[in-house]
Amino acid sequence: MQVPASASAVDTYLADTQMVDTPGPVSPGTGLPTKRSTPYWLLLPGMAWLAIFFVIPLVSLFSTSLQSPVSDNPDDGFYFNWDFANYSEALSRYGEQFLRSFVYAGIATFLALAIAYPLAYFIAFKGGRWKALLLVLIVAPFFASFLIRTYAWKTILADQGFVVEILNALSLLPQDRILNTPLAVITGITYNFLPFMILPLYAALDKIDPRLAEAGADLYATPFTTFRKVIWPLSLPGVVAGTLLTFIPAAGDYINAKLLGSTNDRMIGSVIDSQFIIVRDYPIASALSFLLMAAILALVFIYVRRAGTEDLL
Amino acid sequence: MATEAVKQVEDLHLVRLTKRYGDHAAVDDLSLTIPAGSFFALIGPSGCGKTTTLRMVAGLEVPTVGMIRVGDRDITALRPYKRPVNTVFQSYALFPHMDIFENVAFGLRRRGEKNVDAKVNEMLELVELTPMARRKPAQMSGGQQQRVAVARALINRPDVLLLDEPLGALDLKLRRQMQIELKRIQTEVGITFVHVTHDQEEAMTMADTIAVMNSGKIEQMGAPQEIYDTPHTAFSANFLGQSNMIPGEIVERGDVITVRAFGQVFTLAPEKLHTDSDRVIVGVRPEKLQLTREAAEVPSGRNMVAGVITDASFVGVSTQFLVAAPWGQELIAFEQNMSADDRPVVGDEVILSWEPSHTFGLDGGENLNAGIDGDLLEVGHYTATDAEAGLAPTPAVGG
Repeated sequence: MQVPASASAVDTYLADTQMVDTPGPVSPGTGLPTKRSTPYWLLLPGMAWLAIFFVIPLVSLFSTSLQSPVSDNPDDGFYFNWDFANYSEALSRYGEQFLRSFVYAGIATFLALAIAYPLAYFIAFKGGRWKALLLVLIVAPFFASFLIRTYAWKTILADQGFVVEILNALSLLPQDRILNTPLAVITGITYNFLPFMILPLYAALDKIDPRLAEAGADLYATPFTTFRKVIWPLSLPGVVAGTLLTFIPAAGDYINAKLLGSTNDRMIGSVIDSQFIIVRDYPIASALSFLLMAAILALVFIYVRRAGTEDLL
Repeated sequence: MATEAVKQVEDLHLVRLTKRYGDHAAVDDLSLTIPAGSFFALIGPSGCGKTTTLRMVAGLEVPTVGMIRVGDRDITALRPYKRPVNTVFQSYALFPHMDIFENVAFGLRRRGEKNVDAKVNEMLELVELTPMARRKPAQMSGGQQQRVAVARALINRPDVLLLDEPLGALDLKLRRQMQIELKRIQTEVGITFVHVTHDQEEAMTMADTIAVMNSGKIEQMGAPQEIYDTPHTAFSANFLGQSNMIPGEIVERGDVITVRAFGQVFTLAPEKLHTDSDRVIVGVRPEKLQLTREAAEVPSGRNMVAGVITDASFVGVSTQFLVAAPWGQELIAFEQNMSADDRPVVGDEVILSWEPSHTFGLDGGENLNAGIDGDLLEVGHYTATDAEAGLAPTPAVGG
């Protein structure tokens, strides 16, 4: 299927790794006269859904981000006055959490890649008839709720848990504990988003003809060089898709920071959450949401550009 | 390339090579010397072990037992990337993310060679792909990709170039063209080519020496004409071309061997007989048979069978006749279409005759259908059950 030229590079990756089914041009049925308008009618439900639940809330969010409180009491409400100062205030107050979000998400994405790549490689090239089973095993834990799994990590990483005790016995922990440290937050994020890394990587690696590795060996390349020159470049679409699918939700995540981290490890998601729910400073919360969105878009754009998308295949 | 001196290459020796998968021996105690600079074809049906043999030479499979040598060097234990051997893969296995130039340059770059650009350009010229240098493999036709695969392997000037059914994916016309092309390249560079194929015609067109392989062993090895004219086994006789084979018994051994079969007498030269047994199979190639109307027209001394035409198919250069012999066996004969009139038709009674020198003799215990594709059995080949039905005095042949 041809991905329309106007679609973003991200879409191309997603379609490529079969994570997202990009709608192609609907071809007229064979022999049956089809109205030209049919494809548009078929698009209508999706477009309507997006308009009601994405575009309208987005506009509303944006307008909220430019409002000012009527008084000190949030119950008195807000009025719209093009208050762009909300943005600069949000940034100056929560810049640290912003930065931390991206650093944690970045480290977690890198760790997930390091863990997922060998795993996906093994399943794709050595899995044989066990491939399907191995993939199910990877996904199976994720049938349990996100919250429950994160709570489970609280137990695993608890101060009296065996993990901490073993690591302490080996004097490997600088703070003598894991829970309520950045390490716990990053561990949680890495774990929770691992399947989003493994599945696109697997899809990309599985498409690679194993004979290419043989050809590399035949042409004087050591296994490492074969990997670097042949397998890795061919798996890049999966790497890009996997890192994006991990990094984007990880940057906005707040459950892991809330459950596994201390108040010093709060990520921007937690701030937005508390600004909306507890402080009820809607304009600042909206401005933060918008800034987060813009920052992620910018990072993704730079990343995809740097990955040299056009040359990948 | 053409201007460079022809490379000094060495013989490839396979010594008692065996590859077992569980109980099954894919390659069974195979010993073989492939002379330097020759175009060697390893042919056989699928599953006969030819590709496994090739992969062991390439280093992609580890032999269970045995040794592989190039000249005096033992390469059995070398990793594939350290062997003086390159492979043209069946599916080409071109690197899809690299352009043609980089694909061809891959081996040179890995070995840190100098003048990569010049060498690649020279090689692309040899395979006539210079204008395509910056294309990706997916933008090329099958035949072009095939030439890239050859160039990519050949540029490394290996001692031995291995070709694993390299033309299998091409259509017939292109395959013929590439056969000539490959032969030209081989002559030009002087490297030993080991070519694995199941296409006997392809092997005969290109190779200096053919080894016919069956069930992990070599059935027969020799020049194409030699194997074709004097097959030593029913398998060779059937796999390389088609054969008529008639079971019988030797009645006299002298300057010529006389064989009686179904009440008929056939003669053949002693050097064409490859068995010590008195029970033999008399064989002859279909194009060696001559079709005549009257026995009187046949020169004396020729072997003869009278029969009735049961089928005639016109294929342009020749007509293929099936002729039922008196004992029920259908013999196949190819006749050149020399004249347009008086062609024999189905139902005509004719005499088939051939020179004793064109007759070969195999061991009577051979399976007459060895090496025949299942679907070919329909086309007038003699089956073992026919032999049993029509051959009361002689014991049943084959299985």
